[in-house]
This record gives sequence, C-alpha cells and structure tokens, in this order.
Amino acid sequence: MKYIDEYRDKALISKLTDLIKDSVRGEYTFMEVCGGHTNAIHRFGIRTLLPESIRLISGPGCPVCVTGRSYIDKAVVISGEEKVIMTTFGDLIRVPGSGSSLEKLRSEGKDIRIVLSSLEALETARRNPDKKVVFLAIGFETTAPGTAVAIKQASEEKIRNFFILNAHKLMPPAMEAVISDGVNIDGFICPGHVAAVTGSGIFSFIPLKYKLGCVVTGFEPADLMQSILMLVRQKNNMIPGLEIQYSRAVSEEGNILAQRIMTEVFEPCASYWRGFGLIKDSGLRLRKEYEEYDADHAFSYSANEDEDDAGCICGEILRGRDIPSSCPLFATECIPENPVGACMVSHEGTCNTWYRYKRNG
Amino acid sequence: MDELITLNQGSGGLLTHQLIRELFQKNFGIPDPLTDSAICDSGGGTIAFTTDSYVVDPLFFPGGNIGKLAVCGTVNDLAVSGASPKWLSASFIIEEGFPLKDLSVIVETMAEEAGKAGVKIVTGDTKVVEKGKCDKLFITTSGTGILDPLRMHTGSGTNIIPGDSLIINGPLGNHSLAVLGARNQMSFSASIVSDCASLNGLTESIFSGCSHVHFMRDLTRGGLASVLNELAWMTGMGITADESSVPVDEPVRGLCEMLGFDPLYLANEGKVLVVVKKEYAQQVLEIMRSHPLGANAAIIGEISDYSRPVVTLKTTIGGKRILDMLSGSQLPRIC
Repeated sequence: MKYIDEYRDKALISKLTDLIKDSVRGEYTFMEVCGGHTNAIHRFGIRTLLPESIRLISGPGCPVCVTGRSYIDKAVVISGEEKVIMTTFGDLIRVPGSGSSLEKLRSEGKDIRIVLSSLEALETARRNPDKKVVFLAIGFETTAPGTAVAIKQASEEKIRNFFILNAHKLMPPAMEAVISDGVNIDGFICPGHVAAVTGSGIFSFIPLKYKLGCVVTGFEPADLMQSILMLVRQKNNMIPGLEIQYSRAVSEEGNILAQRIMTEVFEPCASYWRGFGLIKDSGLRLRKEYEEYDADHAFSYSANEDEDDAGCICGEILRGRDIPSSCPLFATECIPENPVGACMVSHEGTCNTWYRYKRNG
Repeated sequence: MDELITLNQGSGGLLTHQLIRELFQKNFGIPDPLTDSAICDSGGGTIAFTTDSYVVDPLFFPGGNIGKLAVCGTVNDLAVSGASPKWLSASFIIEEGFPLKDLSVIVETMAEEAGKAGVKIVTGDTKVVEKGKCDKLFITTSGTGILDPLRMHTGSGTNIIPGDSLIINGPLGNHSLAVLGARNQMSFSASIVSDCASLNGLTESIFSGCSHVHFMRDLTRGGLASVLNELAWMTGMGITADESSVPVDEPVRGLCEMLGFDPLYLANEGKVLVVVKKEYAQQVLEIMRSHPLGANAAIIGEISDYSRPVVTLKTTIGGKRILDMLSGSQLPRIC
C-alpha cells in the first residue's frame, strides 16, 4: 500500500534501530502525548526494538481517557430524556460514569447511535426534526474543527434540534501541566495530527521555556523510530529544539482554514482533565453567538463534581507518573470488557493498549 | 439478576465465551473442550452435530446473501471438525411484510449452495412474527455429518505438539468489510467481495492427502486472533504468528487503515486455520494451493514450546507483541 509500506519497511526500520543503538549515551525518557502514538508503539512492538536505556511513557493524549466522569454522567442523563438521539464516537459508549454507561442505556432501549463524524450527527438531526440530536464533542485540535464546521452549518441552515455536549480540549496547556507536575522526561514525541491543524509552532514554548526537546511525529513505525533518534541526538548535543519529523503532513503554520473556523466558533476556557483537574485555557467553549447549540444550555441537569476513579490509578498514568501494571485493578477487575477507568476503554488508552499488546509480554 | 445483555456478549470475544461457559455450558452440562461441532456416538458410528443462527445485516452483500451464509457456515463447522457434512435443517423467522421475492432468491441460493457442498437440506421450520418484532429475516441451520474415527481429534486439537505449523487458506477480512460496505451508512465503494464459501471440498482434499492434520477451525467471528487464542487456551501451549506472512488483500488493508480495524480480528466465512505436523506443512500447503479455495494459502506461524497459553505476534517491522482475543464488539451482525 503506497505511503504506508514505505514507512513499515523492515530494512529501513532495522537501519534506524542500529542508528539509535549507536547513538545512545546514557538513559533517556520520552513522552508521547497522542493516543495514536501510544497505539502504534504497542501495535508494531517498537519498544522491543529499542535499547533498554530508552524509556517511552504515555501522557494525557487519549481524549476518551482525559474526559471527566461527570461528562459521562451528563451524557447519561441527557440520553435518558424523551425524544433525544445521542450520537457519539464509538469509544465513549463504553466509558463508565458514576452510575451507568451509554452502552448500558442503549441495551435498555435508549436511542444512542455511533457516528464517524460530527457531520453525520448533524445529518441525523436533519433527518429527525422532531427529535433533539446531541453530539458528544470530544477530542483535541484534531476533531474540534470538524465540530466547528457542523455548528456553522447548523447555524446557517437554522437547524434548531442539534446540540453538542462539549469537552473539546487543547494539547499545549496539558503538556505544560505535565512538565509543571515535575515528570522526569527528556523530550516529547509531539502529536503529528494536532500539529497538522495548528502548525508546529504551538510547541515552540517547550524547548524555549523548559529546555525539553520536541519532535512532531508521524504515526508509522519509521516515523516513530526516526523521531526517537532525533530526540536522542537532541539530548546528546544538549540542544533541545522543536523539529518536524512528520514533514509530509505538518508545516509551521498548519491548516489555516481549520484554525480560522475553530476560532470563529470556539474560544478558550478552563477545562477539567482526568488526573490533572482544572487546567487554565485548556478547553474550548462555544462563543456566545453559537451558545444555543450547547447542550449545557439546552438541557438542565445537576452534574456531579468531576472525580477520578476510586481505586484505579488512571490519573497517575495520564500524568506519566506510573504505568498500568502498577495498578492493583489492571487486568484483574479492570479489563476492556469491564473497564473501571477510562484508560481501559479506548484503543488509544494506555491501559487498553498495555492490556492488548503487552500484558504477558 | 438485573443485568442486561449487551452487544458485546455476541461479539465472539471474551464476553461471549463467558456467557457460553457460565450460562449455557453450565446448565446444559456440555463437557470441555467446546468445539465447532458436538461429537456424538450413535452406536453404529460417530456423527458430528452443529447449529448456527444467521442475523447478518444487510441480507444481501457482494459475494452472497444470508442464505448462502447459513449453508456455508454450518457446512464449515462440520468440515473443520473432520466430518463429511451430510444433512442440514433450516429454520426461518420472517418479519411480516418481508418481500416473497427476496425470500425466494435466498432459498434458491441455499439450494444451490447445498448442491455445491454435496449436502441435503432435509427438514426445517417457518415462523412469521409481527412487523417490528424481528429485523426482516433470521435463519438457523443445523447440520450433521459422518465422522471418520481417524479424524476425531481435529476439532479439539489433542494431537497438537510444539513445532506444528499453522496454515491459512487465503487473505483475511473480506467478508466483514463486504458486509460493512453493503450497509447504507458506509459510503465507500471498494471492490471487496465476501469470501463466503463451503470449505468441505478443501478440507476433504487436505485430509485425504495428509494424515498428520492436528487441528482445524474456521476463522469466523473474532477472526484469526481469537481462534489462535482459543487454540492456545485449549492446548495450554504458546503460539507464534508472523504478521508479514498473513495474506490480506490490498483494498482490505487500505480500509482497515482508514477505519481502524485490524484484519486479524475481522470475521471470515471461507477461511480455515489448519495445524499440521511441521514436516508435512509444505505438502499440505501445496494441496491447499492447488484447490480453488486455497490458491493464496500461507504458513503463518507455529506452535511454540512456550508453556504458557500466549499468542505472540512478530510484527511487520520485526518487533514483538502479544496478540490478544477480541475485546468488545468490533462489528455487530456480520453473520
């Protein structure tokens, strides 16, 4: 398959492996903050190719994982109302709230539908004018422009039965929170698709302010291996900087059109992150003129305070302070079929990837 | 017990197994190992007996329809147990308002497929339920076949030893994606055709060409990954599979990349895993390749001497990881 096979070429990977081995001088810890990277690292067995002195840890990069429990509780309450169609990306359906999950509600007969995009949710609203259609809008800079397009279209077409339950988040403030938290890392494997939208510039404060290396990285094995090599060299040379490895998709300025529509519809706000609590300017809320599409305005419910899952260490894992196998619930009480914490739900969640790819390895 | 059944319990993964073990197997007193067909001693000889229900949505898809699936699926469950499929039953639950024309096409396909597979549909049942009480049409087929005593071990894998080779008869994932493509909400137009086929011709030529076949299983719900995990648990042995050797057609690979599916977990309806003594692997591979349903057969791994029931995958880039059982529901109503 063109543009995929080239980046999975065994000979190329083996060359990169040798280069990394030859470059290693001491210990290295790098953090990936995108669930797509976490998944690729495990899926291709990248860790098994690296020298032991290189440690890869996962940060808060899976949107399902960092979304607070009270968000699920709100979605559960709204789904239970009359004449509501709840639309969601597949993963969220299984995240446990305080009492129930969307999956359980669906088995009780509530109208909960999996969609592949915000526009599919909007189409559901067009086709069901007598129902209120709510879209669970989660994700980072990668999915927020899509939601913004749906809101703009709804507004232009004066569609009044479409709402979003919004938990969109921004990546750089969370990365800053990780650093401020005191995690001991030598650099970031930066999220390539976030940067494809925002431009690589959003990470420039990290080497400048915190003297940590940043490499914007693609999602194929050769991308990851090359980025690790770049980060190793940055540390060796003691010149932490911002580099783009994923140059076939990422530029410094990014996708201007997507940025424009995102800014038009959303504005920054404080947002709750599982494991971190409230982080300033790390979320996106609808601007005043689009407020009528906000489920928080259209529905009334009393939401619980956000709280982390009792007994599980999702929070510590998301902050890069611990690994899944340290959790007493991992692979015993907490399994993908019966997740206790959100990190076990999504295929991009750290616990879920560990469970599927590494549990016995 | 206020728990409700969720779609996950029908996915063929861990929760399906739990439900089967803790409710059905326990109450019906069915002994281990759970295989595709029951082996029953009739006094005068041994028969294999199996049943399967079909709820595929949509009813028609590239490469087949629910009727073809209902015949092939049951024939295959018997064939991979080492039996020669002989007689089938067919029961229909039909929703009020279902077009007779469609039902005729489906039934004619069943007759045609039964003819090809050399089995007879000898009994059946018909129920019609009110509109909205079932989704268009569900079919259940049961089947029996004659089991040669020399092939008795085929379903349970009791002869498996470390070093045995794993062979599959062709590319994975076509059935799942053909059905998905035929569903209205998916708007891709890739030319993917279901692999739905009766495998008893192929399995018969393997059995008659080699007496060192240690195990067979068709790769339906949960795909190759789930079957390998079931096999590891049944035998208590480790398994090593090589991702680069697993054949997957280009359109399927492309769609999997786009949709986030792993072909190793996708359901097939005309694929079989054959475990054979290492020394005979090449011979069986050649037999399979000379059959129309095995032209792209490949050796994809081996039973390792690792004494823990773990499936290890050598990834395409030379890394290693475990290959786990399917968790959660990947694609409901695929068969």
